[in-house]
Amino acid sequence: MYSEKVMDHFSNPRNVGEIENASGVGTVGNAKCGDIMKIFLDIENGIIKDVKFKTFGCGAAIATSSMATEMIKGKTVKEALTLTNKAVAEALDGLPEVKMHCSLLAEEAVKAAIDDYIAKNPDAPLE
Amino acid sequence: MKKVYMDYAATTFVKPEVLSEMLPYFGSIYGNAHSIHSFGREAAKGLELARSRVAKAIGAQDREIFFTSGGTESDNWALRGVVSASKRGKHIITSQIEHHAILHTCKQLEKEGCEVTYLPVDKYGTVSLDALRQAIRPDTALISIMFANNEIGTVQPIAQIGKIAHENGIVFHTDAVQAVGHEPIDVNAMNIDLLSISAHKLHGPKGIGALYIRKGVRVNNLLYGGAQERGRRPGTDDTPLAAGFGKAIELACENLEEKSMALAAKRDRILNGVMSSISNVRLNGHPVNRLPGNLNFSFDYIEGEALLLSLDLKGIAASSGSACTSGSLDPSHVLLAIGLPHETAHGSLRITIGDETTDEEIDYFLAELPPIIKRLRDMSPLTR
Repeated sequence: MYSEKVMDHFSNPRNVGEIENASGVGTVGNAKCGDIMKIFLDIENGIIKDVKFKTFGCGAAIATSSMATEMIKGKTVKEALTLTNKAVAEALDGLPEVKMHCSLLAEEAVKAAIDDYIAKNPDAPLE
Repeated sequence: MKKVYMDYAATTFVKPEVLSEMLPYFGSIYGNAHSIHSFGREAAKGLELARSRVAKAIGAQDREIFFTSGGTESDNWALRGVVSASKRGKHIITSQIEHHAILHTCKQLEKEGCEVTYLPVDKYGTVSLDALRQAIRPDTALISIMFANNEIGTVQPIAQIGKIAHENGIVFHTDAVQAVGHEPIDVNAMNIDLLSISAHKLHGPKGIGALYIRKGVRVNNLLYGGAQERGRRPGTDDTPLAAGFGKAIELACENLEEKSMALAAKRDRILNGVMSSISNVRLNGHPVNRLPGNLNFSFDYIEGEALLLSLDLKGIAASSGSACTSGSLDPSHVLLAIGLPHETAHGSLRITIGDETTDEEIDYFLAELPPIIKRLRDMSPLTR
């Protein structure tokens, strides 16, 4: 049902954890639906120097969190804002149709964390 | 990699003795059991032996057993057949924790003009007898309550339910798919009028089951066609599957109480092992009145599908009531009915074992589970 890449990111997720005093934190989803993603960003001069995540959810939720964090690490904030759920799913060699909402959650979690950063630092550079 | 099967409630393997019982009916004994010639008569002999073995397992007469394609067809037939033949009316009483073969049929029957009462259950998943008594109406045609629940293993007070049904002159059906071969069943002592069985849950082949219909109970056909099964269930008799079913149920019911006690001891070893090595876990279902091979846990802070995948990576096959494994957004209706909050229901794990489950397999499971739970909890933002 899952691609090898999904299973790889589920078994060995990248960037699991938290960042103390993170520049931005985004939490999306809710426990009732069975998915919560929390993303922590460490941003310096408009560049995402580090990113960590914590996820409560199914295999696809964990794999998309892992992949999304890999895709924005080292990128500018502006570049990270262009991340789409489709790109995350494609990078994982596809997701089952019923699991596409997990990739959407990953995109939304990244954007929520960036929004939090921008709200705290309205004048900071985004690239 | 080691492979450990702990999903016996989903299906079981066909025992070698069962397979050998079936083989001649695929080969030399290929006649149509409904034909009058010697080929047909030989096939019919096998069919009737199977029927008598099924009947014996539940204390029925041979002529009260009708072969079907499985539990789902038996459940559909029982509900539709009784309601459409009833002179009392079109009201059905069932429970909120039935299998979908019952619940979805009831939903459809509601669209067709029936009224259905879905009895709630307590925190252990037991139907309240008082609630049942109160739900009975002059137009109640049928009470359908499962013998034992497929997810949480709770065994219902079936004999008492049957007594209440008969005191009120109402037909009583029970879906006993999970119970046959594990719980002692006597349709007369328990006042059961109709009972659904499936072969593949008790080491028989997939694709066959039976509906027991008490003699004299009015039940219309679900299907129409030839005169097989005494005109009640048309379609060429599946003699190989029936032969396997008969052998499987005979084996399952041999020394049933002794085997169930041994199975429950294995189950309790898993229960104690999980409870002593993992925190923030609860056992779902009844602590005592439960199937001997069933355990259902909820682990806080984690989601069931992630847990199943992790176990599968270690070769362990289990099941979950999480939404992600049910194909819908809601977790199991059974876990919600016993009062679990959604987030707890999402983190459920069903372990179902059988007589063949070894101590070594149990040790392996008990060793592999705690680090998996820890890994997923370390990853979860909910963990406290």
